[in-house]
Amino acid sequence: MQLTGAQALIKSLEQAGVDVMFGYPGGAILPTYDALIQSSIRHVLVRHEQGGGHMAEGYALSSGKPGVLMITSGPGATNAITPIADAYLDSVPLVVITGQVSTSVMGTDAFQEAPIIGITAGIVKHSFLVQSADEIPRVVAAAFYIATTGRPGPVVIDFPKNVSLENMEWYWPETVEELDLPGYHPTVPLDEEAVAAAAELIRQSERPVLYVGGGTIKSDASKELLAFAESTGMPVVTTLQARGAFPDSHRQHLGMPGMHGTYTAVTAIQKSDLLISLGARFDDRVTGRVSSFAPHAKIIHIDIDPVEFNKIKHADVAIQSGVVEGINALRGTGAKPKDLSAWWEQLNAWREEFPLMYEEQQPGAALRPQMVIEAINASSPAGTIVATDVGQHQMFASQFWKFEEPRTWLSSGGAGTMGFGLPAAIGAKVAKPDTTVWAIVGDGGVVMTIQELLAAAAAKANVKVCILNNQFLGMVYQWQQLVYDGRLSHVQLESPDFVKIAEGMHCVGLKATTVEEMYEAIKLANEINDKPVVIDFRTDSSENVWPMVHAGASNDDIIVHPTQRGN
Amino acid sequence: MSNHEILEEVIHTPVRLHILSVKVENKPGVLMRITGLFTRRGFNIYSLSVAPSEHNARFSRVTIVVDAESAPLEQIVGQLNKLVNVVEISDISPKDAVERELLIATVPTHVDARTPLADIIAEANAAIIDVDASAVTIMLAGTPQACDSLERRLEEFPNVELYRTGRVALPRLGTPA
Repeated sequence: MQLTGAQALIKSLEQAGVDVMFGYPGGAILPTYDALIQSSIRHVLVRHEQGGGHMAEGYALSSGKPGVLMITSGPGATNAITPIADAYLDSVPLVVITGQVSTSVMGTDAFQEAPIIGITAGIVKHSFLVQSADEIPRVVAAAFYIATTGRPGPVVIDFPKNVSLENMEWYWPETVEELDLPGYHPTVPLDEEAVAAAAELIRQSERPVLYVGGGTIKSDASKELLAFAESTGMPVVTTLQARGAFPDSHRQHLGMPGMHGTYTAVTAIQKSDLLISLGARFDDRVTGRVSSFAPHAKIIHIDIDPVEFNKIKHADVAIQSGVVEGINALRGTGAKPKDLSAWWEQLNAWREEFPLMYEEQQPGAALRPQMVIEAINASSPAGTIVATDVGQHQMFASQFWKFEEPRTWLSSGGAGTMGFGLPAAIGAKVAKPDTTVWAIVGDGGVVMTIQELLAAAAAKANVKVCILNNQFLGMVYQWQQLVYDGRLSHVQLESPDFVKIAEGMHCVGLKATTVEEMYEAIKLANEINDKPVVIDFRTDSSENVWPMVHAGASNDDIIVHPTQRGN
Repeated sequence: MSNHEILEEVIHTPVRLHILSVKVENKPGVLMRITGLFTRRGFNIYSLSVAPSEHNARFSRVTIVVDAESAPLEQIVGQLNKLVNVVEISDISPKDAVERELLIATVPTHVDARTPLADIIAEANAAIIDVDASAVTIMLAGTPQACDSLERRLEEFPNVELYRTGRVALPRLGTPA
């Protein structure tokens, strides 16, 4: 069967199992958009390539399937740099197809030319420049294989216009060997000696902590984690990327570690004698000052990516495997820690003394953002998905939303991308149309990709958007107060009329300034399922995120909520 | 310290310098991926050479001399290994390697030097590969140390134009892999 390159690309996407893609057409990718007309793939028309990339991420994170973005050359491609970098840092499987100018003019500064392979080299798992139409099925199959195996990540396929117009004889590679990837070996056999050494460390431990990272969600290891935690009695902490990997309601869950983690999670790690890292990477937001991080702990590090071993912290035992295989191997040894009752007594005392908290809402005062989150959480069905940007609202959401299931929390962790939340929520709603999806965002970040409300309305991706609007860049404001002696520099935001913006983009817009309006708006939002709903919650700008470990400080110097501080 | 002293110290500190012999797929952009990785991760390249490798045009061999002080060798090798086009990495410590490097230099001939140029060429086992009325171009294929030594001896000549290729290396025969 003879196909054009453009037809071969679309057919390859279908063969790779793609049923939804996000994208935006333009010059160099026009032949491929022409071929898309005949395809069964659902295409969601985004309004900016950055938004499209985050939608693909939200789709991937909520469904476990790779997200696909197709965009044109030059500015189309460069607009997608942020989501590509975001996906790289948070190990999100993405395949990004960028149009490219014809090979005959590449390098001549042709119209809408950008060297996207070079620009993205440091932020992709791999990239391909398609040089002839014959390569297309192999390249597409390889791109999906690379994006989704081992440690997932973004793969770029740069697709010159002339190649999309060439003819080729159709084929589809059925085996991994046909992909011709002699340098790619995503998995290795399990190191049994390391497993035995890990078992021995577990048997010796009296104060263990299961340090659960995003890899636990990427490898769908929640079931194994629950069984392992319950059979060993070990406490669990879930990082920002792992929220939902272990039920928040479970008594062994101590909460989130790190800069704004719970006192108990942070302090448990500091006092632990064994840290079992499951798909976590010792990010600086978790470790604080590395030299004083978990100073008494032996470390068992389980990760699919061996480069994470010893990168930040020395691993006493390193096991290169997916989290499911790693946990199963440890469970297989039957190793149990020593009697943990003294450890639990200590942990429970900390939990009792330093719970997450905020001060009670005062009548007539601006809304407490934490209360808004708890109110939405309480009115939402189980399995509701929450997506956020980065900042105070993100930390409040992570702290005060109760996550019970994996893939219900989508947040930009490594890159800390403002503008991620709304499009990620839209992507998740496209993946799971029957699930309630909330974007919880700040008044700063939401404006960065707010045009995607148009895409959501058009695609009937009826997300609900909670804007915690304190008219400040909240986290920057917090730092300027605490770290820069209250000197405020360009941190105050004049709010737009979010209700009008929502209505202007074919969504429902609501505003809440009092507690009564808050409950009323949430109730209304829950009743509206035929349009996206945006609620502008006017929140208290003086509210800060506690606890806090200052950047570069030791986790021993965690600062709790002002009302919890002793003399 | 002079450049030469720094060079000496770097070359003769075996723990510091490592030779990575990297077999890569001969694909466009592969060198950019390697050098980009070194830049982004803050690894220092001391020298680098690339050429098609033994069997066919499908693979190339990149010999990278890295400064393992700039980052742990484990990280450098691990990150390189993550590049999809990198097929195989041999980490060769200088003491277990046979290394060669090519030096070429154009040296003016009408110079009243302490040691006659002809003697230097002869002692270094260098060869003359080009001549005109005012200068000769010489070459030496030798160990990095031999090239260092020749480079140093040419210092007393003015206006020497000198290039070195950087090393290529293979494991010394009989060395455990």
